[in-house]
Amino acid sequence: MGDLWDGLSQAFFLLVTLDADLVEITLRSLRVTLTALVIATVIALPLGALLAVRRFRMRRFVIAVMNALMGLPPVVVGLIVYLMLSRSGPFGVFGLLFTPTAMIVAQVIIIVPLIASIAHQALRELWSDYHDLLLSLNTNHVQRMSALLWDGRRALLTASLAGFGRAIGEVGAIMVVGGNIDHHTRVLTTAIALETGKGDFALALALGFVLIGLAIAVNLAIHWLTQTEREGRW
Amino acid sequence: MSALFPLIVEAAVTRRHGKVLVGPVDLTLDAGGATIVIGPNGAGKTSLLRMLHGIARLHSGRIEWACDQDTARARQAFVFQTPVMLRRTVQDNLAYPLRLIGMRRTESRAKAAEMAARIGLEEALGRPATVLSGGERQKLALGRALIRSPDLLFLDEPCASLDGRAMREVEDILTTAVRDGTRLIMSTHNMGQAKRLASDVVFLLGGKIHEQGDAKSFFETPSTAQARAFLKGDIVE
Repeated sequence: MGDLWDGLSQAFFLLVTLDADLVEITLRSLRVTLTALVIATVIALPLGALLAVRRFRMRRFVIAVMNALMGLPPVVVGLIVYLMLSRSGPFGVFGLLFTPTAMIVAQVIIIVPLIASIAHQALRELWSDYHDLLLSLNTNHVQRMSALLWDGRRALLTASLAGFGRAIGEVGAIMVVGGNIDHHTRVLTTAIALETGKGDFALALALGFVLIGLAIAVNLAIHWLTQTEREGRW
Repeated sequence: MSALFPLIVEAAVTRRHGKVLVGPVDLTLDAGGATIVIGPNGAGKTSLLRMLHGIARLHSGRIEWACDQDTARARQAFVFQTPVMLRRTVQDNLAYPLRLIGMRRTESRAKAAEMAARIGLEEALGRPATVLSGGERQKLALGRALIRSPDLLFLDEPCASLDGRAMREVEDILTTAVRDGTRLIMSTHNMGQAKRLASDVVFLLGGKIHEQGDAKSFFETPSTAQARAFLKGDIVE
């Protein structure tokens, strides 16, 4: 209980004094996660829409694999990305290992299946509503996907926020590919892991509270910006 | 004269899970007027409309328009028994078919506003379509179907769940559409409505056209016992 209280008071102190290290780590966490989220969203939402409107061989298999990949172990992803980006790996020439870019790559791989699966579920229901109308209007596949993505945007926001939640709290993969290097690849989650390892539970908790506050703030900001939960909107 | 007609249907059959829903159907339709498709439940009215429109697969036979298939599809529209509302405003629902053919947003929205006035939904332009009443939804679906001025409009029991006032409003819109040159092919259970709107009638039974002819002679002197029984309100199998 004492550690919890110390953590809370230290978090408050760090925030009020705008501690330089905390600000740097927090901004890096946001930059890495939001970049990964944007890239993953651009890949996953059209993928979810495509799986909703197209019928092709192996479609069910693809959906099953995508659903299974929602539970992809981050450490395994980190290991695979590490091997790909290491000097002897196929992408070693780019020198990306232990950089924020490597962390973004790992996060994208982790959250694409999650966002795509949730998006597919939401858009599949919308497609069953729209199917006859869009066929009757002689739409092509791109127009159908566009209609679903636009009209299903509120549900898709939930999918993206789920991806954000998974990415901002991720530690295993980015620890492996980022290396938790001070002033370079250290983010909130890896800093928490480090401080816990050092036995500084109060600081670890303080960072944890900042992380939770950050996740809530970003969710609220996105809901406010996109005007969800307002009367007459979807 | 519409570029779509004459429509020639020869031995057309559509199936689902191996079971014949409609067919073989032979039919020839010319431009103008309103063909009302009637028949008991399960006779295949909806399937016939969907097959002619091309959203149900044609398993055998042929459906020939006077123009190519792509042009034919572009000149048709379909109003479903349960209207499908896009999760958008009334104006954006009306503008959607125009946006699909590449019309600019401002122009399409202006045309949507004109159509809303025509169908009596001008007050609801900015409202989400999903909060409209049943009658308003059906009028919106009709407006959306008519906004590209189709040569042919399919309607699958468009007034099935409407009250008298809403039904009258829908019929007024349909009458105006026919007067403006749109051909109707409509299924209905409502014999009063069929008599008010029909220029010719197709009587379906067991997935096949049992009787077909101009509305006056069909309603006054049906030539088959089943049609007579159906018009009397008897159960027909």
